[in-house]
Amino acid sequence: MKIKQFIYLFAFMAVFAACSNDDDNTAPIMMDDDTMMMDDEIDFSGTFTQADQMGRPAVNTVFVSSASKDSFNTTIPSEQEAAFQAMFQANLEALSAAYTNPGDTNALGLDSESFTTLLATDVLNVSLDGVTTFFDGTNVLTGRALADDVITVELLLIFGGEDFMENPGLSNDNVDANDAAFSSSFPYLASPW
Amino acid sequence: MKNLKIKYGLFCLGLLAIGLIAADHIDAPAVQGQTTDITDIYAFQGENTDNIVFVANLQGLLSPGATAGASFDENTLLEFNFDLDGDAVEDQVLQAIPRNGTMYFFGPTAPASTGLNSSVAVDATESSVMITPYGESAITANNAGMQFFAGPRDDPFFMDFAQYTAIINGDATEFNNPGSDTFAGSNVLSVVVEMPKSMLGGSGSINFWVTANSKQ
Repeated sequence: MKIKQFIYLFAFMAVFAACSNDDDNTAPIMMDDDTMMMDDEIDFSGTFTQADQMGRPAVNTVFVSSASKDSFNTTIPSEQEAAFQAMFQANLEALSAAYTNPGDTNALGLDSESFTTLLATDVLNVSLDGVTTFFDGTNVLTGRALADDVITVELLLIFGGEDFMENPGLSNDNVDANDAAFSSSFPYLASPW
Repeated sequence: MKNLKIKYGLFCLGLLAIGLIAADHIDAPAVQGQTTDITDIYAFQGENTDNIVFVANLQGLLSPGATAGASFDENTLLEFNFDLDGDAVEDQVLQAIPRNGTMYFFGPTAPASTGLNSSVAVDATESSVMITPYGESAITANNAGMQFFAGPRDDPFFMDFAQYTAIINGDATEFNNPGSDTFAGSNVLSVVVEMPKSMLGGSGSINFWVTANSKQ
């Protein structure tokens, strides 16, 4: 065998080996007694890169401009405020012009800048000390329960003004509950349709 | 029947045309329709009030007919991030990744590195649960004080997204009363983890977010 052919053959084998290696993520190794070799043999190797990110509901949908939705998802939360707060504020004021009036706030007492500063860092605040809810009339941003009407809360904070009374036609989508009942026990979510 | 099928087809086309992007469903072009598309996350106190529950839902708007064929992607690593000191940088992570019908969990553990790239923390506490097949009762597993579930569930999200879109597009001036839940009758793929609050510092307030990460 000429050296050149040997090199080609070697290159081919190397490529083949590399390709076939990609397929062995899932194949459990069957032993003689039909027991499966567990995790030691499963391939979890590799680098995984952030494609989607979520904290509070509907934030990317409502406050991020179309051209920036992918980059918002691939920005880590600690860098989101610097990169996106100004865009959030512009989009909030475009949605709800009352925020452009000096001193105008929502029912949490937040003006356009402070509200969007809170939202631009897209994390869900969670209390380990008791009631966990997005907003229940008393507790604010202590979690997100399955039954929380988060969209109406957000509409109220965007359109409802200082007392939740402004723009009633825009401040409630009038869908107040899920179409299936939740369980009080693990795994809490309802069976699929 | 034929009519019904045509109507259903038109209905589906209509949904596509509206471009459903609510909560975090299909929120951005790069993840739209992908196994990395997170639809919603939840965090709430458990039935046992010493515990806290975290939910991440993926691949929204699955019709009942499409649900059996939907599956978690072995090349998508789901990461539950916990910031314990208020700087929006994760101090603890819990990872979930499927292999051959089982969802494997690693953590909670301090991440080897923060930022956009992750590797699976194979040296952390390892747990697993069989992924519940569509149509079967929920399969759960317990390990290290935690409880796990992975599989299809009803999408718990509800909203009149169609009317919201009409308002945003200038085709309507207000919501209908009653509204119509655009997500009624649709499913998602869920990962649910319940863990002792003591694993995350036990008291106070934490920040939580979920990332879906693609194998490079």
